[in-house]
Amino acid sequence: MLEIEELTCGYNTGFFLRDINLKIRKEEIVGVIGPNGSGKTTLLKVITRALKPTKGRIILNGKNLWQIPIRELFKKIAIVSQDTNIRSIVTEDYVLLGRIPHFNSFQLIETKKDFEIAERSMFLTDTLRLRRKFIDKISGGERQLVFIARALAQEPELLLLDEPTAYLDIRYQVKILDLLKSLNRELGITVIIVMHDLNLASEYCDRLVLLSEGRLYKVGMPIEVLTYEIIEEVYKTVVIVKENPLSKKPYVFLVSEDMRRL
Amino acid sequence: MNRNITKWIISLLCLTFLLLITIVISLSVGSVQVPVERILEIICNDKSSIEYNIIFNLRLPRIILGLAVGGSLSLAGLILQGLFRNPLVEPYTLGISGGAALAVSLDLVLRLNNIWSIFTLPVAGFIGSMSVILLIYIISLKGGILRMQTLLLTGVMISFISSSIIMLIMTITKTEELHSLIFWITGTLQETNWTIVKVVFTLSIFGLITSYFFCHDLNALLLGEEGARSLGINVERSKKLLFIIASVLTGISVSFCGIIGFVGLIVPHILRNVIGVDHRILLMSSFLTGALFLVICDTLSRTIISPLELPVGVITGIIGGVFFISLAARKDLVGY
Repeated sequence: MLEIEELTCGYNTGFFLRDINLKIRKEEIVGVIGPNGSGKTTLLKVITRALKPTKGRIILNGKNLWQIPIRELFKKIAIVSQDTNIRSIVTEDYVLLGRIPHFNSFQLIETKKDFEIAERSMFLTDTLRLRRKFIDKISGGERQLVFIARALAQEPELLLLDEPTAYLDIRYQVKILDLLKSLNRELGITVIIVMHDLNLASEYCDRLVLLSEGRLYKVGMPIEVLTYEIIEEVYKTVVIVKENPLSKKPYVFLVSEDMRRL
Repeated sequence: MNRNITKWIISLLCLTFLLLITIVISLSVGSVQVPVERILEIICNDKSSIEYNIIFNLRLPRIILGLAVGGSLSLAGLILQGLFRNPLVEPYTLGISGGAALAVSLDLVLRLNNIWSIFTLPVAGFIGSMSVILLIYIISLKGGILRMQTLLLTGVMISFISSSIIMLIMTITKTEELHSLIFWITGTLQETNWTIVKVVFTLSIFGLITSYFFCHDLNALLLGEEGARSLGINVERSKKLLFIIASVLTGISVSFCGIIGFVGLIVPHILRNVIGVDHRILLMSSFLTGALFLVICDTLSRTIISPLELPVGVITGIIGGVFFISLAARKDLVGY
């Protein structure tokens, strides 16, 4: 569904993603991991056209990403970014903003269909009970669910999320990732998640993309990527990798300096 | 059915109704009182009377100019606050009024009007405001991207520079020129030329209609520039065009009526708190409320110490400021 070929890009300050080659298959959940500053968010930016590649190209469903009209593009992909722009807006109105890419040129108000889709998105994300509340008056976890509801209202084929579980308690971490998994399995939405938590990434993602210093270090199933040699090399820290007894996925234990001395 | 639509329609009807009542009262009161019930009769049947002349050639053009300028300024304020996502931005923050005032003061001092008769004060004001718009636009545009912080800071600096030069001009000007300058700066709606009134009114309505092409863009900008882009909005194009609409509306208002402060700051602010942050209703209701507010203030300015007049800018500042503080004291205001 998404093919990234020989991609190189960066900012004025000189940070670059270099020579990225990556294929995202339809209906898979891909986790993008890597240390701070390795280029994870930059990769999302370039997929959402917030940043122009200096070399290479991105193909979405057989079409060059930069040749798709911007409105058409955001009917196909939706992004939930680390949103710090919280405004005083009613939750339901916020979710309805996700219908904007689907509006006709002279459409002023939402149609019945727009309302139905917004309602369904809120139902799927379990946020219908919050529909009349102001978005700055609900909890961080609830807000993240509302952000996902807004993205779902765009009816995307590809959903991108930038650290959706950051700052959330474990209940909401699991709730959000369970939700993404069910959206993936039931609606066939392809999901790309940028994550810091290696264990959550291991648990929920079909494949992991490990970035290091702007380059693609390793792509593969969690069991192929999350080995202690690779993690120690990329993250420059000591870890122990075991198997999660239930899911049989790799589980990464951190090792403190005191323990290293023993 | 959008649950908001009923609320929107009711508020628009209320505003229109209030506006109509205000217009009728404003036509009636003044140094010559015309009873409300006689107004229609005079306009239709009594075209030779003095009262017809007062209503049709003195008060009506002033009211319509007030509608247009009040509407334009609060619309421009709303658009700019939405663009910058900053509730403290107003039409004059970007130095547009400073440029106009500077050009007007130069016109007065250098007597350009006597040399080329085309250089009336409104023309000078218009040239001044448009020059500033062009200048800050060019400075802020880099690589096709309109840098909003640069735009704001450049505008504020141009305001400072203009007011300093105006101070300089004031200190070396003769008294009678100084009076005309101060009179212009404080703002007035004393314009009885129907052609000018019609032009300003048409442009303000045109501005309102054009702004509606960007109502979804302004709503999407509630999520920030990146958020708006990820809803498929061509953010750079919208920013440029919205900036141009707001600046031209401000430039025209300032050129013909001087600097009428506060309308463009508090009207959008109050409406966001009363009616919500959806620009589909905010654009229209800001225009109507701004128009209503300025017509009320202008009516007060010419009746409080009648037959003398107070500058309308003084009234908007006092009424607007007091009303705003009383609102802020009662509830937590929504910013951006």
